[in-house]
Amino acid sequence: MGQFRNLFRNLFSPPRPSAAIARERLKIVLAHERAGRTAPDFLPRLQKELIDVVARYVEISEDMIRVNLGKSGETSLLEINIEFDGAKPRPAPPRPNLAAAVPPAKPG
Amino acid sequence: MAKVVVITSGKGGVGKTTTAAAFAAALALRGHRTVVIDFDVGLRNLDLIMGCERRVVFDFINVINGDANLNQALIRDKRNDNLFIFPTSQTRDKNALKREGVERVLSELRDQFDYIVCDSPAGIEHGAITALYFADSAVIVTNPEVSSVRDSDRIIGILASRSRRAERNEAPVEVNLLLTRYDPARVAKGEMLTVEDVKEILSIPLLGIIPESEAVLRASNTGTPVSFDAESAAGRAYLDAVARFLGEQREMRFTTPERRSFLRVLFGRA
Repeated sequence: MGQFRNLFRNLFSPPRPSAAIARERLKIVLAHERAGRTAPDFLPRLQKELIDVVARYVEISEDMIRVNLGKSGETSLLEINIEFDGAKPRPAPPRPNLAAAVPPAKPG
Repeated sequence: MAKVVVITSGKGGVGKTTTAAAFAAALALRGHRTVVIDFDVGLRNLDLIMGCERRVVFDFINVINGDANLNQALIRDKRNDNLFIFPTSQTRDKNALKREGVERVLSELRDQFDYIVCDSPAGIEHGAITALYFADSAVIVTNPEVSSVRDSDRIIGILASRSRRAERNEAPVEVNLLLTRYDPARVAKGEMLTVEDVKEILSIPLLGIIPESEAVLRASNTGTPVSFDAESAAGRAYLDAVARFLGEQREMRFTTPERRSFLRVLFGRA
């Protein structure tokens, strides 16, 4: 059925001009590369630490977090995108025993 | 005040040397004293394209090392008295170009010339960085093809961050786009990026469009800068580009498929 549909589509719609594909691919890859070029060098470290923190709560892989430093007018914008869809929640990590961590109050 | 113009692209084979030769020749035709320098140490080719390969005695590295003086190494073009060729060494490697040496030679050239055109090697390594480091102006030679456009973008970034002007916080290197090997017939069929596409993606001013032309190979076969062939489309396109570079307004040509006239078809002129 799918094959039939493809055949039908190939027969009746003109193929997308390859120059249009080239333009789209270039725009996407260059947007990414330009962002990387101007990025300060702490970004990869920030990204790694963010992954560590988020990974304590949900299963997540490295490519699910994207950290970008952009500009919106005069303001610098630190943009953090975390893809979440389908990520499995982890069982709640053991809570540190806060009471035990607090040193006993000194007798007044 | 002499101006240092680097012809660069990142990618190889897009027409840097052809452009350096044609650009320098066109500047000379306009009455400017011009020298064109080959920065591609180890892969000398500008001498062939300029047709002076048998007149090379001393080269760039000899002058940098003090084995010869500048005027012994400069080759005066036989067709135009304003045009000089400064060949590079064929036997050394790219790392022989030391920045201090290049700076010294360039400052000596600045006293003698109006324009110093630097033909950069491909890539983004030592040779290419040295070629662009001292530039006041850059011509980014780009083909309407994805890898060339991407590499041009990279080189534009390097000019903005690693040139001497950038390091010293001076006015940025002036960058201009030269689109080469453009085939309007394929563009019309949607098979090739349009000039607008490339301009929009790189967002730098367009200096000119050089159409794919048989004249370019003919010129290189005979060792003639293609801008000396004012009959050819490519030659005229280079003359236009240089006129714009000098501040003239000229309408862009060669953007639509050229109808070949009956007589031209008959006599086989490109």
